[in-house]
Amino acid sequence: MSLMSEVGQKAFNLGVPLAVHMDVTYRCNERCVHCYLDHDDHGEMTTAEIKRVLNQLAEAGVFFLTLSGGEPFMRRDFFEIVEHARRLLFNVKVKTNAVMIGVAEAEKLRALAIDSIQISVYSHRPAVHDAITKLPHSFDRTIKAIRFLRDQGLRVCIANVLMTPNLADHDGVQKLAAELGVNYTLDPTITPMMDGDTSILALRIPGEELEEVFRNPALVPNQEEFCAPPKAPTHEELEGYSCSAGHSFCYISPYGDVFPCVQFPLPTGNVRRQKFLDIWNLSPQLKEVRSIQAKDLTVCSSCSHVSSCSRCPGLAYLEGSMRGPSTADCEKSFYRTGVPTANMLRQGLSKPRTTAPLVHIQPLAASA
Amino acid sequence: MHGLGVIRLGTGCLRMSETYIARSSAIAARLLAGEMMVMNSADSTFFTLNEVATAIWQAADGRTALREIVREQVCGQFDIDPEQAQADAEQFVADLSKHGILLVSDNPLFSESAR
Repeated sequence: MSLMSEVGQKAFNLGVPLAVHMDVTYRCNERCVHCYLDHDDHGEMTTAEIKRVLNQLAEAGVFFLTLSGGEPFMRRDFFEIVEHARRLLFNVKVKTNAVMIGVAEAEKLRALAIDSIQISVYSHRPAVHDAITKLPHSFDRTIKAIRFLRDQGLRVCIANVLMTPNLADHDGVQKLAAELGVNYTLDPTITPMMDGDTSILALRIPGEELEEVFRNPALVPNQEEFCAPPKAPTHEELEGYSCSAGHSFCYISPYGDVFPCVQFPLPTGNVRRQKFLDIWNLSPQLKEVRSIQAKDLTVCSSCSHVSSCSRCPGLAYLEGSMRGPSTADCEKSFYRTGVPTANMLRQGLSKPRTTAPLVHIQPLAASA
Repeated sequence: MHGLGVIRLGTGCLRMSETYIARSSAIAARLLAGEMMVMNSADSTFFTLNEVATAIWQAADGRTALREIVREQVCGQFDIDPEQAQADAEQFVADLSKHGILLVSDNPLFSESAR
C-alpha cells in the first residue's frame, strides 16, 4: 500500500474529510452539450463567505481541495480564493476549460504553487471540440492555455469525457496530450442534470463501444487484471464500504450546499447557516451514507462483481436508492468482464439496459 | 544544507554555528491524527511526519534556531536523548531541505507560510 493510500485509509477510518471538491460558480463561458449544471447564478457565496468556509475546512483537516465550476475563472475573485486556500496550505487542484488563461494567469498559478490543473478537451479536431462546447475557437484558446501552463512547469492533465459526438476521437486526444507533454485521462461517465433532466444521458456511449474502450491497451494498460472475471467477495469486502463519498470526501456547491459527492446530490446541510464540522459530524444523511456496507446493498450484495465494481452510490441514489444498483456501473462491470451482473440477471437481461429511470433526484432548494 | 558544522573562531575556541529553518511556501500541509502530511507541488513528493518531526516542523518559523527547537519542542516534550535528538533533527532537516520543503540558513529567516 502506498503512503498516499495509507493516509487515505487512515482518514477514512477516522472520519476525517481529507478531500473536498468545491464549485465556486456554476456560471460558464461554454455550453457543453453534456453538462449537468444550470449556469444561471442563483446567489453564489461571496468572497468572504468562501474564505470563511475555507478556514473551516482547514480546521476540519481537509488537505486536498479541488476548485471547479462551472468555469471557476468566471469569478473575478478566483485568484483571491486560490491565494487564500494556499495560505491555508491546502493542496489545490483546479478544474477549468482554460479558455480564460493567458500567460499572466499561468504565471500567477505557478506562483501560488497549486498542485495541478485538469482541463477538458473533447477532441483533437477543433470543429468537434467547439461543437461540443458551443463556444467558437474554444479549442484554440484551450490548447494555447495548456502550452502556457506547461511552460510554467505546472502539472496539466487533459480530461477527455467520452460520449457519442466524440466517440472516435479519444486516440487523437491522447496523442495530442502526448505531443503537448501533459497527462491524459478518459471518462465515459455522463450524469443526469442536477434538476433531474435525463435527456443528456442519450449522449452516453453505447455498451458495445464501452467494451472497445476497456479492451484498448492504449487506454487500459493492465488489460488482464482490469478485464479479469470477478472473484468471490471476502468477508472483509462485504463488511467494507463502496467509496469515500461522505466518509473522507464531500462536495460543496457555489450556494453552500454540502453533498457527499459532486455526483451524489443528497442534501446534507448548508455552510451559510451551519458550521462545516457540524454538518460533517451531525448530518443524519451523512450518517446514513456512512452506515452502508457492501453486505447491506439490496441487489449488489449478491452480485459476483460486488468487490470489484465501480458502483457509484450517488448514481444509485439518482436511480432510486443509495443501497441499490447503479445501472451505468452494472454496464461497465459487464462490458469490462463479460460476466452478467445480479441486476441484469434479476431482470432477465442478457445485456444491460443503457439507461435506468431516475426517480429520486431532489432539487438543490430542498436543502435551503 | 548549511550550518551545523564546527567553525573555528578568532579566539581559537570551537563553537557551533546555528541553523535556522523555515517552511517553504510551495508546500501543502495538514495535521492528521497528530501527524503532519506534507506535499511539495513541484515534484509531488509526499511525506507524513511523526509526532517529533511534526513538532520540529511546526516550530520552523525561520527565527528560532534548530538547537533551541530541539531543546524546547523535542527534548522538552518527548522522552529522548538530547544528542540523539539533535542528530535526528539534523538528518530530518537535511532530508526535507533536499526536497525544497524546508528552507535552511545559517542566519534567521522568516517562515514563508502562514501556519
